Amino acid sequence: MAERSFAKEVEKLRLGAGEEFAGEGILAITKALLQCGVGYVGGYQGAPISHLMDVLADAQDILGELGVHFEASASEATATAMLAASVHYPIRGAATFKSTVGTNVASDALANLASGGVTGGALIIVGEDYGEGSSIMQERSHAFAMKSQVWLLDPRPNLPSIVKAVEDGFELSEASNTPVMLQVRIRCCHVHGHFIAKDNKRPPMSVADALDAPRRDTGRIVLPPASFLHEKEKVQKRWPAAVDFIKSRKINEFFGSDHGSVGLVMQGGMYNAVIRALQRLGLADTYGDTDVPLYVLNAVYPLIDDEFLSFCEGKDAVLVVEEGQPNYIEQAFAAMLHKAGRGTKLVGKEHLPMAGEYTGQVMLDGIGSFLRTEAPYLLPGEVRAPNKSGEGVDTADLINVVPGRPPGFCIGCPERPIFAATKLVEQELGKHHIASDIGCHLFSIMPPFELGATTMGYGLGPASASAFNSPDAKRRSISFVGDGGFWHNGLTSSIGNAVFNKNDGVIVIVDNFYSAATGGQDILSSRAGNKTKSTKHPITEAVKGMGVKWLRHIDRTYDVGKMQDTLREALTTDEKGPKVIVASSECMLNRQRREKPLVDKAIKGGERIVKPKFGVDEDICTGDHACMRLSGCPSLSVKSLDDPLRDDPVAHIDQSCVGCGNCGEVADAAVLCPSFYRADVVHNPSRWDRFLESARRSTIGMLQRRRESRRLTFADA
Amino acid sequence: MLDAVPSSRPGADASDEPVIKLAVLAVGGQGGGVLADWITDVAERNGYVAQSTSVAGVAQRTGATIYYVEMARDTGRLPVFALSPSQGDVDILIAAELMEAGRAIIRGFVTPERTTLITSSHRIAAVSEKIEPGDGRASSAKVQATAEAAAKHFIAFDMEKIAADNGSMISASLLGALAGSGALPFTRESYEQAVGAGDRGVKASLAAFGASFDRARGIAGAASSETVEKPAATETGSGMKAKVSGPENLMQGWQQLAARIDALPAAVRDMAMLGLKKIVDYQDIAYGGEYLDRLDKAIALDNADRYGADHAYALSISAAKHLANAMCYDDMIRVADLKTRSTRDRRVRREVGVKDGTVLQVTEYFHPRIEEFCGTLPAGLGSYIENRPKLAAFLDRRINRGRHIRTDSFAGFAALWFIGGLRRWRRRLLRHKVETAHLERWYDLALGHVRQDYALAVEILNCRRLIKGYSDTHARAQSKFDRVLSALDLVKGRDDAADWIRRLREAALKDERGDMLDGALKTVASLGSDLEN
Repeated sequence: MAERSFAKEVEKLRLGAGEEFAGEGILAITKALLQCGVGYVGGYQGAPISHLMDVLADAQDILGELGVHFEASASEATATAMLAASVHYPIRGAATFKSTVGTNVASDALANLASGGVTGGALIIVGEDYGEGSSIMQERSHAFAMKSQVWLLDPRPNLPSIVKAVEDGFELSEASNTPVMLQVRIRCCHVHGHFIAKDNKRPPMSVADALDAPRRDTGRIVLPPASFLHEKEKVQKRWPAAVDFIKSRKINEFFGSDHGSVGLVMQGGMYNAVIRALQRLGLADTYGDTDVPLYVLNAVYPLIDDEFLSFCEGKDAVLVVEEGQPNYIEQAFAAMLHKAGRGTKLVGKEHLPMAGEYTGQVMLDGIGSFLRTEAPYLLPGEVRAPNKSGEGVDTADLINVVPGRPPGFCIGCPERPIFAATKLVEQELGKHHIASDIGCHLFSIMPPFELGATTMGYGLGPASASAFNSPDAKRRSISFVGDGGFWHNGLTSSIGNAVFNKNDGVIVIVDNFYSAATGGQDILSSRAGNKTKSTKHPITEAVKGMGVKWLRHIDRTYDVGKMQDTLREALTTDEKGPKVIVASSECMLNRQRREKPLVDKAIKGGERIVKPKFGVDEDICTGDHACMRLSGCPSLSVKSLDDPLRDDPVAHIDQSCVGCGNCGEVADAAVLCPSFYRADVVHNPSRWDRFLESARRSTIGMLQRRRESRRLTFADA
Repeated sequence: MLDAVPSSRPGADASDEPVIKLAVLAVGGQGGGVLADWITDVAERNGYVAQSTSVAGVAQRTGATIYYVEMARDTGRLPVFALSPSQGDVDILIAAELMEAGRAIIRGFVTPERTTLITSSHRIAAVSEKIEPGDGRASSAKVQATAEAAAKHFIAFDMEKIAADNGSMISASLLGALAGSGALPFTRESYEQAVGAGDRGVKASLAAFGASFDRARGIAGAASSETVEKPAATETGSGMKAKVSGPENLMQGWQQLAARIDALPAAVRDMAMLGLKKIVDYQDIAYGGEYLDRLDKAIALDNADRYGADHAYALSISAAKHLANAMCYDDMIRVADLKTRSTRDRRVRREVGVKDGTVLQVTEYFHPRIEEFCGTLPAGLGSYIENRPKLAAFLDRRINRGRHIRTDSFAGFAALWFIGGLRRWRRRLLRHKVETAHLERWYDLALGHVRQDYALAVEILNCRRLIKGYSDTHARAQSKFDRVLSALDLVKGRDDAADWIRRLREAALKDERGDMLDGALKTVASLGSDLEN
């Protein structure tokens, strides 16, 4: 069950011709796929593309009605390999994933697919996770397009443009027998906007039709001598076909004046930010109307020589706005001008930064700088020689005040106690080399845990510790991998590798029943039933099957003491080979979403329900915050007491507490302090509950009254 | 950095529709997405085209997040909207937490010429603020003060509380504040329609919206100097007025102690009264007498040579505060006593929100060790065991384990009630002996310095703040206390000796193990060698 339900929104996918669609970018892309008669769709979740997968998963009824096959692929490689269905058959297929991490994983399949080429349109929709809010290394998908020679579309970031790019992409793919990548940046995926819908189309040939009439063509298989021919075909046939298509269909756009001594060339995705800079420079209006000549590359690979050269005609200088590095587009254009013997000056990274996101300010500075250098007469006087307005407020002081707020574990997260236990074990046995992995558990690298030295890729945590395997070592390495990473790649690359190479390290598999970091999608070991997928395959069985001998399963991670004991045993046992601990507890975010409505309903319906919550006795807490150094739970925070005798704030648990038990377990395991208590509220108590309570309260009350009648009582105490 | 042309601001061209730019800075999980959707909906209801974007929450658990909305009057043409806010180019900035407002200012999203800054004044402490052993929280006052200078209009109040009071989420009260601010040209009704279009918690959302609307409307209407909410003044010395009750004989004893307080210098009375009450509540009337006897020594020093008048009785006030804390050391008896009081039961019920017709069960988490056990034995017996490591280890194996005790059950409660009752014998127990000896050493050390360096004596008293926590944490605190005071010999005689001790103490409160303290101690050691040279 995914974190966000699109059950209501997917109804928009049924809109017919002429009706107005209003919604998010990813939903618009899904609608566009259906309008294009796509035959099958696969993909792997990951921001910003998770929601696209969730939309598809929630839209299975609609897909089914149209005869469209949908798969939640095991990895990006699987998703891309799936596009093999378009190699021999005229079926349109689409795969979607996060880039560049997903593209890395997919690149084997991508290279093979690109080599043989396709008959049906094959579209790879990559969600670019670049710039602010990104959780990955900053690289460009552009390089993948260049090395495999697949075409890359980068449409202007508005709904009509991205919908059109999906349509163009399929046609371009078919016209040039080449897979096409469509790149959408993270904010574009989540942009709210409108477009006029068309009717959905049934695929002219379904995968079922293909299975009934199988085809093969040795010439399309990547094996010599065909593979040698593929390379030639790419440049002799497919490339020119793509260039023709892009030119004749006017995929790239020209705006602004036909004349002018300067011009701007940009990736389609940069268009809105360029216009905003021009607006702020007084050179464009609200609708983007401007006199500055603009050449917008909705297709950034391949580039169209004569389009670009004719744009440069009569211009003294052209600025290339290309986000990220290396600046492939700028280099290519520079080569074109040079070879054509043109005198137009080409600039790009001179005015804009080589690296980093092109934010509004960067764009304003860069384009402003270009125009002031090359065409100052265009600029209003205030921009050329600004009267420095007030410097604004001095924020230097504030920078030292405002704390950083990186993302962390959710309230009640079952992974928190795993890392609390790891920290406690390290206090006993000393520091260890810890290899981390991709997933929520990577938050362990942040305070308060500060555990983990590297992260090398999804499912590669234990693999990245594989060098640390020495008979001379006195300490073992510890590595983490999540259940998502485990099924994505970890089972073979990490566990199998450790068994085969007799790695002596400790491997902790963090099993929270979902691919939680990407939005709580189901995976093989999910414990919930899923109508369309096969779940409930235990990780422990898979690990055993791989040949692991030392295996422990902890089925309640909140048991910090047991977690601590198990880790200690794994680190100290004489047994050889990988020591694998599977630590399982359900993702609290998903669990709450599943259980809360049920619990509320049960309480209303008169059922006996026990609801736990934790609390802190503020007069027992001494304000040392040792508990927070082992927790970091958002619901456990600090609070000032209205007591002049006390200097430091005390611990406090707010209403958001879900009663996971971590506080109490940690206080117990780390021998912290007795100020935590768990309060279980029994809703709709039974008659026995009530009898017991009244008996207890009367006897307890008696003891309390007895003591309190013999001492002074302070009303505010 | 290049400045934009002022005249290119929306509306420069008469035919051009101005674009309104609005950013929401929130902490993941606060419902910023819901708020952005509402704002988009309100704009569309009012004949505007609107675009919202975000870097949405899947990987953003509890981290800082931005939602961004642009809107312009619908003329039939689609404006080109930007997808993220730019420095100096935001008309309305909504922060769902005070430090997020600070972050917005740092990032340049708030400018005095144009930005209406609407922020909830409540705090959500970041992890870095919570993990310091002392008070690591950021200064709200600094953010408030900067915000007032940085924004064109500044509206700040506790919108989280308004939301909670109305059983809703902060997104609803933020929307109310936006509507009430009048920063957008839309009617209240259109906002309420957008909220009403939701499917869950509409009534509570509308209530929070309304309360927040009125509050913001009031602030927006008032003079700018009143836009900042001053935190409610805390009642100082509330302890003086609190009622005391009890059996006649004890009340008489109390009156006598209270009379001694009245005889103290006025400046010391408030703190002494608070301290006395803590002491008597902790032990008994006689212990209160001991407290005042000890305090009298400091007061006598303050009274002699007019030290007290010169220093506003800083020594005596510090003594009153830290003596009380030191004498009320945290032992098993105190914990058991506090956990078995009827007032505690009432507080838990209030905090948990126990309603009629439900039953409350309370589980306490204890983890006693041999140290705590011996501390609760008569001094002779306790020391006997502690001096025999094998015996102590043998007993520890039986004692040292987590114990979850249900204080709503009779047996669990009675066990704690019994331990709380050991209070009567507390003075004879090992822990008392140890604590008293420690206290005397510290107190004598401080008072011994008064004549040479008054300020240093006060700082030595203040070092008592370092001692806190239970078990290992307590041991670590003791070690920090000792390490800070170990610098005494090095700094004694310097003009800034008191400053150094204060700095060391503050360093000790910065991290768990005292790494900052060790660094500071090295600096102090180098001072020492400078002196010798």
